[in-house]
Amino acid sequence: MSAPAAFLLRFALPVGIGAALLYAATLSLDPYSLTILQFVGINVILAVSLNITNGFTGLFSLGHPAFMTIGGYVTAILTMPATRKTAMLRDLPSILAAHEWPFAASLTAGGLVAALAAVIVGIPVLRLRGHYLAVATLGLIFIVQSFAVNLPGITRGALGLAGLPPVTNVWWVYLVLVLTLLTCWRVKHSSLGRTMLAIRENELAAASLGVKVARTRVLSFALGAFFAGVAGGLWAHLVTLIAPGSFSILLGFQLIVMVVLGGTGSIAGAAIAAVVLTLSTEWLRPIEEAAGLFGASQIIVAVGVILVLIFRPSGLFGTAEPNVFGAFARRRRHAQSTP
Amino acid sequence: MTGAYLLSQIVNGLVLGAMYALIAIGFSMIYGIVRLINFAHGDIFAVGAFAALGSIAIAALPFPLAVLVVLLAGALVGLLVERAAFRPMRGAPQVTGFIASLAVAIILENLAVMTITAQPRTFAIPAWLGALVPLGSISVRVVDIAIIVLALVLTAALVGFVRFTRTGMAMRATAENYGVARLMGINIDRMIALAFAIGSALAAVAGLMWGAKYGQISPLMGTVPGLKAFVAAVIGGVGSISGAVLGGFVLGLAEVLFVGLLPSEFSAFRNAFVFAALILVLLVMPNGLIGKSTETRA
Repeated sequence: MSAPAAFLLRFALPVGIGAALLYAATLSLDPYSLTILQFVGINVILAVSLNITNGFTGLFSLGHPAFMTIGGYVTAILTMPATRKTAMLRDLPSILAAHEWPFAASLTAGGLVAALAAVIVGIPVLRLRGHYLAVATLGLIFIVQSFAVNLPGITRGALGLAGLPPVTNVWWVYLVLVLTLLTCWRVKHSSLGRTMLAIRENELAAASLGVKVARTRVLSFALGAFFAGVAGGLWAHLVTLIAPGSFSILLGFQLIVMVVLGGTGSIAGAAIAAVVLTLSTEWLRPIEEAAGLFGASQIIVAVGVILVLIFRPSGLFGTAEPNVFGAFARRRRHAQSTP
Repeated sequence: MTGAYLLSQIVNGLVLGAMYALIAIGFSMIYGIVRLINFAHGDIFAVGAFAALGSIAIAALPFPLAVLVVLLAGALVGLLVERAAFRPMRGAPQVTGFIASLAVAIILENLAVMTITAQPRTFAIPAWLGALVPLGSISVRVVDIAIIVLALVLTAALVGFVRFTRTGMAMRATAENYGVARLMGINIDRMIALAFAIGSALAAVAGLMWGAKYGQISPLMGTVPGLKAFVAAVIGGVGSISGAVLGGFVLGLAEVLFVGLLPSEFSAFRNAFVFAALILVLLVMPNGLIGKSTETRA
């Protein structure tokens, strides 16, 4: 198969089919279901991007909510109408206050600022390992929240920025989702991705083979943070609000769960786990409300996580990608070889 | 700034530090043996607060008996959590246990919210605990002194137990080298369960103290003190009991003085300060104030 044909089959075709299905969905679904669909998409973006940091490179980061908060605020401040900015956000530099940016540019800026924060924080913090890194990134959530609360001239403090323009729609989410999946896929199957996996499997061996461990770690941390920042911007403009507590530790935990359930390092695994978990929480909610047992769905999910960790510790797919065509080909070969 | 103000801030810092120390001991003991950061530890602290509320306000038990009930309740929940969640995944990568402990935390919190609602409750203490005692130029409440004394007594008892009894020696051996300890005929399962029981019992008592000191408890109260106590354990050197106690007092004092002595616009950065301190300590002294450097770098 020639390279363009392979690209068409593997990438353009699924994207086209997805777009067609999405178009059908916008025609047939009610606004509520479409909103849910957008949350599913955003969660897939988050889980897949966290997978770069946690799955590929094996850095146990819980810091995604911190980067979402940064990205969300940056995007929100940029898209806000200039008149409201000058009235509400007094400490904003006048260059930012005078203009309102288009959504795509704001999202990109949100992602870039989040990635920059990740680089600044990452250079010292990524020297830590395992648990320590997890707790340090958890602390990062608190630190970012403190800044959001305590800089009222830029963030309006605990009130948060409300009434943002509701510009996020299914197409924006789909565009970012496709870009995220494509980036992750290309990274995983590049020399950079193999470098990351090598660091995860054996850092000492990787370093002695000339892999620049520190640089690769920071890069994968920043890459994950970029998409988290963009997703934070999408989220803020979907619910039209960003507040210091919008993205909590609980969300960080749910994202980790998605990555672990899907299999650390598996893009499709993380994506599928994100879809299943988001939808099941959504479906369990009415049952929970009817029974008056608020929190029951979270308990069910948490128990499920423990069971998976005990009985299938490598998650749904491990690091592999489920290969539909490959499985089909194997079965045919198997059928031919048996007389 | 008067000397009296400074002195009362120091007392407050010591009280907060005593509570951090008790929670941090559990973190340290569990980490020392199974290399697990038990995220549910802060929720066991909350369980202790509610056990205390039940035994003091509802069952009207005398205070010393209530302390005993809280110790037992904490130990029981700790044992249960260890048996149900952590024992089945022993030997898995570190991160697995960490995620499991997050899941346990969510289960405990939501169970509490479902059964007793997330509403904060007032925690009334007996009148004699609220009485004021003159101490030099300031007067402190009996409860403040009781917290510090109780924390020191419990810590001393634990250190004595670990240092001078056969079981204590077995626990130290297990923490030192898990595999060799097993070869020497030590029942590893029992040692780990014991670490969970003791650590959780102490965290539960800290929950009682928290309620008595601040007068209000809620099912979600454990998250932030739990995390900060972990910071305390790291500052002191994870794995060492005396390190955890030292770290707890250092962090408690530092936090209260940070809020009390700096201009008020900084006080809102309290949590940020604690976690920034954590990151700094991890980078500068990864083994803490008195920890041993046994961790491998790669």
